[in-house]
Amino acid sequence: MSEPRTLFDKVWDAHAILTREDGTTLLWIDRHFVHEGSFHGFGMLDHAGRPLARPDLTTAVADHYVPSRDRDQPIRDPEVANMMQMLRTNATRHGIDLLDLDDPRQGIVHVVGPEQGLTLPGLTMVCGDSHTSTHGAFGALAFGIGASEVSHVLATQTLWQRRPKTLRITVDGTLSPHVAGKDVILAIIGRIGAGGAVGHVIEYAGSAIRGLEMEGRLTVCNMSIEAGARAGMIAPDDTTFAWVEGRARAPKGDAFAAAVAAWRRLPSDEGARFDREVTLNAADIAPTVTWGTSPETALPVTALVPDPAAEPDAARRTRIREQLDYIGLEPGRPLEGTPIDRVFIGSCTNARLPDLRAAAAVLRGRRAVVPGLVVAGSVPVKLAAEAEGLDRVFRDAGLRWGEPGCSMCVGMNGDLVAPGERCAATSNRNFQGRQGPGSRTHLMSPAMAAAAAVRGAITDVRNLA
Amino acid sequence: MTPFTTLTGPAIGLDRANIDTDQIIPARFLRKPRSAGYQNFLFHDLRREEADFPLNGATAAILVADSNFGCGSSREGAVYALVDAGIRCVIAPSFGDIFAGNAGKNGLLTIVLPAPLAAALRAQLPAEMTIDLPGQHLHFPDGTVHSFDMDPFRKRCLIEGLDDIGLTLAHAAEIAAFQERDRTARPWAAPSP
Repeated sequence: MSEPRTLFDKVWDAHAILTREDGTTLLWIDRHFVHEGSFHGFGMLDHAGRPLARPDLTTAVADHYVPSRDRDQPIRDPEVANMMQMLRTNATRHGIDLLDLDDPRQGIVHVVGPEQGLTLPGLTMVCGDSHTSTHGAFGALAFGIGASEVSHVLATQTLWQRRPKTLRITVDGTLSPHVAGKDVILAIIGRIGAGGAVGHVIEYAGSAIRGLEMEGRLTVCNMSIEAGARAGMIAPDDTTFAWVEGRARAPKGDAFAAAVAAWRRLPSDEGARFDREVTLNAADIAPTVTWGTSPETALPVTALVPDPAAEPDAARRTRIREQLDYIGLEPGRPLEGTPIDRVFIGSCTNARLPDLRAAAAVLRGRRAVVPGLVVAGSVPVKLAAEAEGLDRVFRDAGLRWGEPGCSMCVGMNGDLVAPGERCAATSNRNFQGRQGPGSRTHLMSPAMAAAAAVRGAITDVRNLA
Repeated sequence: MTPFTTLTGPAIGLDRANIDTDQIIPARFLRKPRSAGYQNFLFHDLRREEADFPLNGATAAILVADSNFGCGSSREGAVYALVDAGIRCVIAPSFGDIFAGNAGKNGLLTIVLPAPLAAALRAQLPAEMTIDLPGQHLHFPDGTVHSFDMDPFRKRCLIEGLDDIGLTLAHAAEIAAFQERDRTARPWAAPSP
């Protein structure tokens, strides 16, 4: 009988081409996504005069720089128009499937991959984007890479990697009403810290994780990188297989049945060893918001803004004070009731159909008292939302319904939070200046962002009768 | 890539944790070609928002930060900005995994030091110090010498300046054999047409 293995071990082992004496492994890569920002990687490939190894395993998606308005008009910013053109040129030249601005499949790469059935259990997947960890929700090993690694994958369809350590995070129990995948992952990051999983691949386990639908699992795995993890994974199960079946690029018929049989062998074996274990009780997780400029500053919405004077460690005290100075909050005040200037509902973290439904459920029949932007993660999500009338709910509430893309999460496509403005956002990073120079971001779930829009302040969605 | 052996140069301390790559280079500069001079974008907003930011009015070859330096976005532009500004080495108690990988590909040395030792070093800065990569020693400004750990492969790449892709393509036969085996083992792994 062989040694019990983790989900991660099984996927890693199935992709190891060779391992050098120094322990570095050459890994086969099953799927590679590129976007407008990948031009540096293509440039290096061209500079070295090398061809693309496997264009059939590469997909190009326009998402980071795409404008969320006036999609039918030429892009005004010449630098952004040039980024789009470079992606087009590189995709065409190398024979890569391109999901361009006018493509009915277009959207954020981490929404598109699963939607098109390109994301499957047991695959290795990479993209020049740190939120590639998202795809681990299907039991894939998926991680972000830099431009040099992009060029390496383009040229060889492989990557040199050191085997990371494993961390299992078990969340058992039942989540309370109005507590979503976003609250789970924020609570996890709040517990282990922004560097808490550096060098590790996380496996999320436990009944609360198994109880999440695929979109909630995608949200959880998406923010693995915000805890410093190399990747996040969830064991595939019937929920996963049902979601994958029938997707355009997924296996069909007998091939699908054979795939499911293989995927059922992926979950971690009984007795498999992890380098570290962390457990959380689902019932303890409340709707969660961040107060600072790192996702690790996540607290229950019922908490008070931390007081640096109460922090015994000098370095941590300074860090709290610096963050409070930037974010403009007073120590000891309740987080709930903090006035906000704007909401953003979208991003690769929270722009799928159930996310939009959760926000719409709060906004239906209500008005937002601050401006806001809702951006579906993809064209298919947008069309499905419109078919349900969700766009009307958002518009009737006074929010703008944008065209699919990364939008106000990344501060590079024209959707910006103004200097000094405070934004309730469903995205993944509250870094200083992330949503635009001087922007102040509070991360939260779609339902909580909708509640914030209605009250014009950080609000416990459970109190919004 | 400039091969790396021994470096003596000015070191500056950044006394903060979780410096993300959005701070190292704000997103709006990532559309620029490398020829635009990425050194101009290094800590662009922090340098303007904080008059006393340690790099203002100073040049450095070595940065010494607190834990989780380079967390967040995978942007390799963060490494370009550091390298183009003349930074050859960053020392911290831990690094974002993707940042550290990107650094290695661009000849930027990342050295992991235990948090108390990194804090002790920052307390001696700004000052000149020496990094001996082949010998894996740091010569602190106060004259003390400390060893550090280093991935042997990464060390060889930094010292010899190896081309990763060329190195990988030397394994073409093994890669081809893997693909042959894999087609039988995982016929479902290829995307449906």
